[in-house]
Amino acid sequence: MARMINLRIWRGDSKEGGLQDVQVEANEGEVVLDVIHRVQATQMGDLAVRWNCKAGKCGSCSMEINGKPRLACMTQVAAYGDEETITVTPLRAFPVIKDLVTDVSFNYKKAMEIPAYSHPDELAPGEARMEQVDVERSQEFRKCIECFLCQDTCHVIRDHEENKKSFAGPRFFIRIAELDMHPLDTLKNRKRTAQEEHGLGMCNITKCCTEVCPEHIRITDNAIIPMKERVVDIKYDPARWLGSKIRKRDGI
Amino acid sequence: MSGVFSPTRAKIKERTLRTDKWWLQPAITFGVLFSFVIYATFRAFENKYYFSEPLISPFYSPCLSTSCEPGSALAFFGQPFNNQYFGIGISPALFILIFPLGFRMTCYYYRKAYYRAFWMSPPACAVAEPHTKYTGETRAPLILQNSHRWFFYAGLIFNVILTWDVILAFRNEDKQWGHMSVGTLVFLFSTTMLWLYSLSCHTCRHTLGGRLKHFSKHPVRYKAWTIVSALNHKHPTFAWISLFGVAGADIYVRAVASGAITNFYFF
Repeated sequence: MARMINLRIWRGDSKEGGLQDVQVEANEGEVVLDVIHRVQATQMGDLAVRWNCKAGKCGSCSMEINGKPRLACMTQVAAYGDEETITVTPLRAFPVIKDLVTDVSFNYKKAMEIPAYSHPDELAPGEARMEQVDVERSQEFRKCIECFLCQDTCHVIRDHEENKKSFAGPRFFIRIAELDMHPLDTLKNRKRTAQEEHGLGMCNITKCCTEVCPEHIRITDNAIIPMKERVVDIKYDPARWLGSKIRKRDGI
Repeated sequence: MSGVFSPTRAKIKERTLRTDKWWLQPAITFGVLFSFVIYATFRAFENKYYFSEPLISPFYSPCLSTSCEPGSALAFFGQPFNNQYFGIGISPALFILIFPLGFRMTCYYYRKAYYRAFWMSPPACAVAEPHTKYTGETRAPLILQNSHRWFFYAGLIFNVILTWDVILAFRNEDKQWGHMSVGTLVFLFSTTMLWLYSLSCHTCRHTLGGRLKHFSKHPVRYKAWTIVSALNHKHPTFAWISLFGVAGADIYVRAVASGAITNFYFF
């Protein structure tokens, strides 16, 4: 059954902007992206919103709904009370372009800074064999849809613009973890560069990235903390360091 | 102007637009942890009511000072510390509390809890923090959080000692075996929770198998890792319950030792 809801949408650009109130019809089962589209079709023809799959798999419609980083296509209108105003704003960690669209190119720059998978020289294409137990940890991280909600909520860059130079962010820590845990990846020093170049040490494990992940990737427990422990192995644990020198083992 | 108020970001004057009670969880965390710190500090300096045969408070076990109450020290460790240094009397608890305290202070879960509740860094997700500068755990003193594994190893030793205290609690006041009291159950619960808290620790998970690249080459360690990974899901729960368990065990021993209550024996 349709009902009228109160929607408050941030409109503007990088120079100015503000929240504008509208009333819009919402039908049973609709998500916030549906009502934004209805506003766009009936009241604000020039409203800018980025979207694509409407199925929670493309990561395009990331925005903040009542202050929480969420996918608009996966947020049910029914989750909010009849009298409640739903406030939608662009992601607040990135420069705004227009209305609900932000410039997330920071993330693509960071992606390019992560060295790619390095295949063993002795294995020709097609010869690589891995057991399931060896790859399943990494497979969890492959679920990432690059919605960048984790990047948006991470206070290291959300609250400190100046840290963007030296901090890759949770999305790229899972990428680094995925590669460092990969049974065939041969690149050395992923742990050291994670700490010294990508800012792993700046993370203080407040788990907001995990809380907002629409794919329910346990970013902190399964990627960031294991990487922090691996960094301790090589940088802050003299016993482990000595053991690695004696036994010459790396990546057992 | 930095953070969410940076010039290029959407012009929104509120620090957060969250409408839920985001402040409740950090407020509760602050209240509980602060209360524990006050109570633990008081008990660490109180230096009495920590032993009543066969029960010794976990805050004072193992008792390593020459001032330990008769019968409270373990022969295995002896009493290597004096009761005062430089003319200042030192409670036996002060010789050992750094280890369990360090374990909890550097714990990945507690870090989340107190960074949010005490340091407001951030107070909650998508709520702007009040600090103008942030360097995380990259420099002193927070770089010392990387010492967690050492406190984990020390914590395991303490767990063994506290387990021995549980075994001793199956004696009566005349040191005869085969008895069981309310104190025995209190200790059993407290120590079990401490073991679960330790075994579900992220460092434990890493040490047992997390650091491996090839699980298939280490099936036993992989199995151990899967078990600890399952426990790891409950690590925050164990962190809180074990904290209450230890405090509860100390409160119980204090009540018994001070004569406020009698340790009831089932048999």
